[in-house]
Amino acid sequence: MDKMIKIENLTHEYKGNEGDITRALNRVSLDISRGEFVVIIGHNGSGKSTLAKHLNAILLPTEGLVEVNGLDTANPENLWQIRQSAGMVFQNPDNQIVATIVEEDVAFGPENLGIPSQEIRERVKEALRIVGMEEYANHAPHLLSGGQKQRIAIAGIIAMRPQCIILDEPTAMLDPSGRREVMETITRLNKDEGITIVHITHFMDEAVNADRIIVMEDGEIVLEGQPREIFSKVDKLKEIGLDVPHVTEIAFQLKENGVSIESNILTVDEMVRELCP
Amino acid sequence: MSLEIKDLSHIYMEGTPFEFQALKEISAEIKEGEFIGLIGHTGSGKSTFIQHLNGLLKPTSGSIILDGLNITKKEIKLKKLREKVGLVFQYPEYQLFEETIYKDIAFGPKNLELSDSIIAKRVKDSMTQVGLDYEKMKDLSPFELSGGQRRRVAIAGVLAMKPDILILDEPTAGLDPRGRDEILSQINKVHLQTKNIIILVSHSMEDISRFADRIIVMDKGTIALSGKPREVFKEIDFLESIGLAAPQVTYLMKGLKEKDPEVRDDIYTIEEAKEEILKMLRRRKDA
Repeated sequence: MDKMIKIENLTHEYKGNEGDITRALNRVSLDISRGEFVVIIGHNGSGKSTLAKHLNAILLPTEGLVEVNGLDTANPENLWQIRQSAGMVFQNPDNQIVATIVEEDVAFGPENLGIPSQEIRERVKEALRIVGMEEYANHAPHLLSGGQKQRIAIAGIIAMRPQCIILDEPTAMLDPSGRREVMETITRLNKDEGITIVHITHFMDEAVNADRIIVMEDGEIVLEGQPREIFSKVDKLKEIGLDVPHVTEIAFQLKENGVSIESNILTVDEMVRELCP
Repeated sequence: MSLEIKDLSHIYMEGTPFEFQALKEISAEIKEGEFIGLIGHTGSGKSTFIQHLNGLLKPTSGSIILDGLNITKKEIKLKKLREKVGLVFQYPEYQLFEETIYKDIAFGPKNLELSDSIIAKRVKDSMTQVGLDYEKMKDLSPFELSGGQRRRVAIAGVLAMKPDILILDEPTAGLDPRGRDEILSQINKVHLQTKNIIILVSHSMEDISRFADRIIVMDKGTIALSGKPREVFKEIDFLESIGLAAPQVTYLMKGLKEKDPEVRDDIYTIEEAKEEILKMLRRRKDA
């Protein structure tokens, strides 16, 4: 299997002001294949974001190894290539916008890569097409909606032609339509453009279409598997303070009431089919 | 304590090429003890609206009457107003600034010129209300805490002011499911004890559906819909047309109703859905 990301025994410790040490990641090992759509869930402080920040060398391992596209993130000479292979999108779209016109914002990344201006123009156009924001090329980003801003931030990453995009709660601040726009965009990037996706979220319904879900707790991976396997463990997930999609919860409760129903239901459509065949 | 909003309009940058009317003659009445869920697409006017309620913005026209007093008047003492109306902004954890949690939460009450012992009691109470251990944590620096805990400190700071009207703008954005649940349940507990008015702004229809007595839906600077959660979430098509959604449970019930017209679709909680589905199955068995 072709590996996009290889993590071996990764430990990360933060040092506090008084020299006290917090271990945010404890000997985590994980491989992510090229083209995979991975969702990471876990409660606040479980180590998700710390893990994500290792994937494009914002953080470096205290111990262990992280390789992106075969490049060791601990080697400073690899930094530029790693940042180009693995782009990162954060929670707050307002903190990610640097220019006053959409196309200039999207061009910022490729400009820093020293790409010729003709090619930048093509890349910006293509990136805006992929996120469905072509008609906004000459707009001011601050006047866009949250979902649109987040798509611009994603376009800025795409314009650098990464093989992998890491999204750290990109929908946390968005309204329902914004969330839908961003989720559709991420899915398209994965399916149509073959980009590897690592998506961190607290919304369980955003995880149902992933190839694989990683559940983190106390700096370790505690569960890992396909959405159907993971969400069938309703009790275990609740125990660590997570949720399952509401339809999965209803199926679980119906089963407890003696209804014969699959308890690994993930979507509204599946549930309707199951109950009214 | 009740709140009456009459023909409230707000125009940003009036008379310039950037002129934009964010609120268009909004009228609403919020009664004592109500828990209001305020929803709307980004740019629908929610934030502009709530900033009028504690005097951060002045209306272009219209008025807001709080317990018989028009708070939009120039001569209104903002300090007095903000004792009554507490506003928790989005990502309030970025507004912490003191050396210790105690000092940060005490900052507001101190400005009310309360005695030290009353301040101490308020800090302690509000920390308990948001689920923070007073003895263990009061002397810690807020900056040593996790994001979720810092959020609680910030909310405690507003609770310590004991506002009659508490407005929360996306208080659970970025929190995990348990954290969301805890913070909202704690706020609801304070609400039930004190009968204060809560206005919860949220993009999470699930959160809104669990706690709100009434939902106000904003769209393009107007109130597009207002009613009990049951009435509002039934309007799935309308909500979607203005960039919103209903809770997943409501979609499920709607899907079931298409197959079995006897199923109720004005349902939005897991518990009710379970009961209604059990009913449907029993009906089918009897038939």
